[in-house]
Parts: sequence; C-alpha cells; structure tokens
Amino acid sequence: MADDPVSVSVALLGSGGAGVLTTGQLLLEALCRAGWNGLLTRSVGPQIRGGEAAALLRVSAQPVECHSGGFDLLLAIDWRNAARFDSEIALHPDGLVIGDPAGGEAPAAMVPASARRGDLRCAELCRLHPEWRANMIALGAAARLLAIPSEILERVIDNRFGHKGEAAMAANLAATRAGAEAVAAFALARALPPALASPGKRWLITGNEAVGLGALRGGVRFAAAYPITPASEILEWLAPKLARVGGSLVQAEDELASVNMIIGASYGGTPSLTATSGPGLSLMVESIGLATAAEVPIVVVDVMRGGPSTGIPTKSEQADLNIAVYGLHGDAPHLVIAPQSIPDCLLSTQWAVFLAEALQSPVIVLSDQFLGQAQGAIARPADIAFVGRRLRAQSAGGAYRRYAITGTGVSPMAIPGTAGGQYTADGLTHTERGVPTSGALDHSAQLDKRCDKLEQYDYGQLWATLEGEGDTAVLTWGSLTGVAREALTLAANRGVRARLIAPRLLAPTRPAAMRAALVGVRRVVVVEQSHGAQFHKYLRAHYDLPADTRVLQRPGPLTIRPTEICDALFAENVA
Amino acid sequence: MNATTTLACKPGDYKSDVKPIWCPGCGDYHVLLAFARAFAELGRPAQEIVLVSGIGCSSRIPAYMSCYGFHGIHGRSLAVAAGVKIARPDLTVVVASGDGDGYSIGGNHFIHACRRNVDITYIVMDNRIYGMTKGQPSPTTEPDFDTALSPGGTGLRPFNPLVIALASGANYVARAFAGNPQEAGALIADAIRHPGFSFVEVLSPCVTYRPDQKAWKERVHPPPVEATDDPARAARRLMTDDGFNIGVLYRGNRVPYGPRAEAVVEDLAQFEAEFEF
Ligand SMILES: Cc1ncc(C[n+]2csc(CCOP(=O)(O)OP(=O)(O)O)c2C)c(N)n1
Ligand code: SF4
Ligand SMILES: [Mg+2]
Repeated sequence: MADDPVSVSVALLGSGGAGVLTTGQLLLEALCRAGWNGLLTRSVGPQIRGGEAAALLRVSAQPVECHSGGFDLLLAIDWRNAARFDSEIALHPDGLVIGDPAGGEAPAAMVPASARRGDLRCAELCRLHPEWRANMIALGAAARLLAIPSEILERVIDNRFGHKGEAAMAANLAATRAGAEAVAAFALARALPPALASPGKRWLITGNEAVGLGALRGGVRFAAAYPITPASEILEWLAPKLARVGGSLVQAEDELASVNMIIGASYGGTPSLTATSGPGLSLMVESIGLATAAEVPIVVVDVMRGGPSTGIPTKSEQADLNIAVYGLHGDAPHLVIAPQSIPDCLLSTQWAVFLAEALQSPVIVLSDQFLGQAQGAIARPADIAFVGRRLRAQSAGGAYRRYAITGTGVSPMAIPGTAGGQYTADGLTHTERGVPTSGALDHSAQLDKRCDKLEQYDYGQLWATLEGEGDTAVLTWGSLTGVAREALTLAANRGVRARLIAPRLLAPTRPAAMRAALVGVRRVVVVEQSHGAQFHKYLRAHYDLPADTRVLQRPGPLTIRPTEICDALFAENVA
Repeated sequence: MNATTTLACKPGDYKSDVKPIWCPGCGDYHVLLAFARAFAELGRPAQEIVLVSGIGCSSRIPAYMSCYGFHGIHGRSLAVAAGVKIARPDLTVVVASGDGDGYSIGGNHFIHACRRNVDITYIVMDNRIYGMTKGQPSPTTEPDFDTALSPGGTGLRPFNPLVIALASGANYVARAFAGNPQEAGALIADAIRHPGFSFVEVLSPCVTYRPDQKAWKERVHPPPVEATDDPARAARRLMTDDGFNIGVLYRGNRVPYGPRAEAVVEDLAQFEAEFEF
C-alpha cells in the first residue's frame, strides 16, 4: 500500500434482481483490465428477488483489501429499499449521487447536504427501449464517471454477454452509451490515480473461489456438502472441477451426512473437504470430534455469517470463533485456521489440507462472508509446495498398531486395501491397536498423543501475520487484518507507529511465538467483529497481554473501518 | 463389486481376536458369524472389505472382524460408508447398524442412502429395543411394550423399514434371522453381490431387554413367494407381511450411483486460467 492509499469508492444500489451485482462485477473487471486494482463486496437483503442489493466497489492503483470510510459515488437504479443500507453506506461530503427520480428518493441519512446530485432515468429509458436493461445503463454511467476506456468496457460486456447474440449485444452497448451520456456533465470530486502501466499477471477472484482452488492445490479430491449461504459458491466452483480431476463432490442430505461422508472418504485415503457456515458447523461438531479421536484428516471450511441461528445469512460476522475453537465435546485438540485476505483464502485452505494430512487431524478454516463473496484483483499467487502427504503404513507384518504412540504423536495410517493393516478406526477410547477400552491409562495416553502431535509441530512463519514496529500493537484476525493494515498506514501518516499482529493459526495456540511478537509492546488494541468480544476473551485465555489492552469491537455486519482503528490508536497515544 | 477372489477363505479368517462385549446369548453373535460366512463365501480378502457402523451393541461388530473397520458416531454410518465407497469404488463396503442407530437418529440418512443407491450393503440388526442404553423403545418397538422410559408402551405405530427402503429406492430388500446364521450369511453375501444399495433387516434378539424375542425362532418362516424385481408387487407383498418372512423380497435393477466419467485434467493451471486477465 502506498503511504496514502488514494482510492475511489462506488456504491451501486438497486432492488435485488435488478442486476447491480452484475454491474459491479463488470465494472470491477473493466477497471482491472484498464490497469487498476479493486475490491468488490456485496451487501444484500434476505429476499431472493426484489429485496435490496448493494455492490460496493473500491478502486486504487494499489491492491485493495478493504473499504474506506465513505463513498465518492452513490449510483442507484432505484432507491426502493436503499434505506436499509442507511448504517452501512455513507457518501463523502463532496460525493456525487446519481439516481432515477422515478425510483424514489435517496435516503437522507446516506447523503450529506453538500453532495451533488444528478439524474439517471433508467426506468424511462427502459420504457422507450424495451430491450435495454437498467443495470447496463447504470454500468455505462459509472464507467464514464470512472473514465474507463470504452473499448475495454465493450470487451468486458462482450465477454459476459457476447454469447447472447448480436441484437442483445447491441442493446447492451446502446444502454451503456445512454448511461454515459446522462452523466456527461458530472465528474467525481476525486479522480482515480493513474492506472498501473504494467501491472503484471493478475487474477480476478473471489475468496470462495480461492478456497476451492486452495483445496485442489492441496490435494483435495473428495467433497461433500449441503448448500448454505455464503459458502455455496465454494461447492459450485468445486463440483465440476473435482469431476475433471478424477474426484467427486456429493450434495449430502444434511451437514451431519456431509461431514461424515468426508470422514469416510478420507479414511479411505482421499484428502477431503466440506464447506458450510455457522448453522452447518453446529451440526458437524460431534463428527469433528470423531475425526479427532479416530485421527482422520478432514478440512471443514466455515464461511461465517451473522449468527446465532439463521441470523443474517447474507452478511459477515466473526462470531463463530468460539464454536470453532471450543465447540467440540471432550478434550478434542484440532486446528483452526483463519484466512486474512482473498489470496490468503487460497493459501490458508491449501495449508489446512496440508496440515490435516500431515497431522491426521480435522482442520476448521474460518473464512467469512466478506472474504468469501468479495471479488478482487490479486497478483497471480505462486503455487506453494503444500500438497498433503499422509504418513501411511505400508503392508504391515505382525500386529499393526494404528494408534501407536510415536515421538511426533503421528502414527502411520493404513489405508484400506493395505494387506495386514486392518484396524478399526474408532471414536471409542482405544488402545494403540485401536481396540476399544475404558482404561484410564489408555485414555490419557491417547489424549496426550493427539495433543502432542499438534503442539510439537513446527508451524513456522505462517502462524501469524506480523508487521510494523512500535510499542502499540493492533491484534486482530481474519478479514479485519486488511482493515488493520490500512489503519496502520493512516496512523503512520499521523506520526504513530504500531504493529500488526494477526494470528492465522487460532488453534492450537502458540504462546511462545505470541510472547516474542509482543516483546516491547505496551499497548494493545484488539479489533474484532463480534458482539461478545470472543477474540479478546480467547486472547486473554491463552496469551499474556499488556495491562493496557483495549477492545474495538462490534457485531457484524457493520464492518469496522480503517479510520476507526486509527482513531483508537491515536486516542491511546494522545492519552 | 470387483472381487479379487482368493481361494479357501474360511469364516474364521474374518474374525478378530477381540472378545465381544455382548451378553451371552445375544443375537449379534450370530450376525457376526453370518458376516464371517458371507465374506468367506465371497472370497474377498479381508483388507478389501470395510465394515462401517454407528453406535449401539450391534454397532460394536467391526472390532470383532478382521477386515477394515470404522466405528463412528450414533446414526451416521451410512454417510461414512457412502464417502468410503464413492472415493474408493474398489472396496467392498458393508454397514452394520441397529434399529435405534439406523431408524431413529440415522433415519434421514437411511432414506437418502436408498435414493442415492451407492453400491453398499446395509445390515440393520433389529432387536426392537435400545440395547446399549439399557432398554428404551426404538422405532420398531411394539406400541404396548412397557419400558421405564415409556410406562405402558409408547402407543406409537412401529416404523416399517422395508416399506421405507422400497419406497425410497433401495435396490435390494431382504430380511434375515440371526438364529439361522448359515442362511443369514448367504443372504448377506447375496446382498453384497447385488449392485447398488442393498438393505437387509436382520432380526437379532436382545436376550437381556427383550427375552420375549426367544420366541422369534418359532415365528420366522420362509417367504410365500419368490423375490420380485417389480416394486409394485414388492409393495403389495409388504402390506401383508407379518414381519417374519425371511428371505429376499425385492431385487431392483437401478444403476448404482457413480461419479460421471469426464475427461481428466492433469494440470490445475486450466482452472486458474479462468481467473487470469
Ligand atoms: C448422539 C448420541 N445420542 C445418544 C447416544 C446414546 N446411545 C448409544 S447407543 C443408543 C441406542 C442404540 O440402539 P440400537 O441402534 O438399537 O442398538 P442396540 O444397542 O440395540 O444394538 C443410544 C441412544 C449416543 N451414543 N450418541
Ligand atoms: S443388551 Fe441386548 S443387544 Fe445388547 S448385548 Fe445384551 S443382549 Fe445383545
Ligand atoms: Mg436395537
């Protein structure tokens, strides 16, 4: 990030089904093809059609990981349910509002009195030209205001809609031109910084797609899952790909089945994964405990949404930390990994598969709706060499001990088909041979083994993101890492240096590594998106934090902004 | 089933050295014997068989056999087995369950396993009671059967697993009796050989909580007619079933579940291209 991230933010609003999300995607793609970087997130209501939808886009020459405080452009196809975004979207005082006067009024809370206003008569234009679509008119208007070269816009539209035939294409182009003309008299108060001249090979990818690719790169060849927002895109991305690499994806009857199917497939030797959200994870916890006891590698991705219960299925929150870390009954050591950005969704998932296989353990990956459904331009990720390798028992002579106590805690696993390796994988407390027992010594020996194998493993640098210096640290996790990073840049511009500490590995905890990261830190600001300050309580349970530790926290879906973190840091220093 | 047949397999080869926890006289001993006979009849090497189970007295069976075993949690054995078989079609996958495990907590999986028709064999050891938790009513318990948890009986109509299996799409439906392990073994072998999802309900008396079931050996009888491949005829027969017809009721010819064959991609770069711009 540059010292002062110069960016432009656009909010596109409309009723659900009006196509604003498509408009946002096309706009993002065009901007990226023109050499900028960008991030597109969505905020939608629960309705399938006709509710409210917002596509939130931030563009910069630098990579973008989060939204800033406000928007430069508010463009609405209609304002029908826009008031529901009151608390989420605010226009800068010098911002521009473009909307259809026939589609209602812009909500007063979003729009400062000083904002400039322009009309985009989508409804009327579509009445005159029935083949036009309102969201294409909006696209043309936004593209014009962002100065996207028209040949790039046309190429992007052609990529998406070219297959619909020439007439449809001509209508789309005419609609975008009309949109551009309608706003010709306007300009944004802040222009986009120059695009990168040679940005190199980049990808346009969502966090959910990145999870899918990370799974494949890690070696996953079987998945089973039950659809749930906002995780379904992982499954829909994986289903055809798995088939093409000789694997398969099964849509199970529920999450109880999906997690047990992947346990079965993995027991059979195939690296396996499921993806869900909080309600599904709740159904899976008993089975994840089984995978811990029977030492079956599995990866469970939880794309967090607002909870509890059905909560806010379409919006982000970080409130599944407790269930992920503590949700299993009994003493059930397992791994929890939280990706911090879109590219990290790939890396963390791949790492999760690797660790699951290496440690014969379940791994929960805690992504969230913000990351999962965000689409952004990222530098082409290098293929790290993490491919899951399981320690296998070769055809064993004599009495095979599946759960042998070894120095590392990891014991060779016989895969069905291996002669002489027959054993029963068991959730019952068992002996080293896998025979059920209720003996106290066997119980503690196997509990020790499962704990030791996770504790003794060297997780290296990936356990956390550690950046910056100073005696103040922001301690955060998951999708807020990018927000905190930008906050530290803002703070540096105001003369305050601070560190960023964001653990990627949430379980097992790494007390020694955290102690080292905190050397010289006198003040900590914990930043998290949960009502109950779950992360703060987790940190206090496992790590020694300085006496001067404060918490900046609120539930989803109102994302904490970089400026809020920066202000919190500043308040500390001034005090 | 792709069998690697090895000669001269004896039932004893399929038993492990682990001593069962079952009560003396429990029907499950005979089911164990029936499994061993079935595997021996098929001649399938022990390392190519996976026996999956849930929780209950009946579900303890994998530890007592010399094949690969998976003793999971209560009610989820069919899902585990589907995962094993779909990812490893080369293995013979058999599931052992109880009437509580399979029809109550695992009831939804039963329906969907029948629908999905993965090539696995499902053996439910029905004693019409929760044995392991000491005598509570199960979905197949008679409505007037008195227990501590249901004084005077549940008053509920018993679940009919064979009807559910047939209606849900199971490709093979049969009933066996533990008291005749030879016949039960042959039935299980036949069920394993039959493609798709095969369901065998095994009447397996619980001598401790259902001593009345000792009378089952007098009640069981051969089916009045041959097995059919016509679901409508099978359904009609089930309507007059007294619950003690022993034998194959239905042999379907549905094509088993299998991943669709598609061109195999060696290099993930093909997928990555969709992101590049
Ligand atoms: C989630 C869960 N709930 C309850 C139990 C307790 N439980 C263990 S076995 C069992 C019933 C088993 O009955 P059945 O399947 O008929 O087996 P049987 O012992 O009769 O062979 C129950 C309720 C459990 N282990 N797990
Ligand atoms: S309680 Fe019943 S089912 Fe369980 S072992 Fe004893 S006799 Fe068998
Ligand atoms: Mg029972």
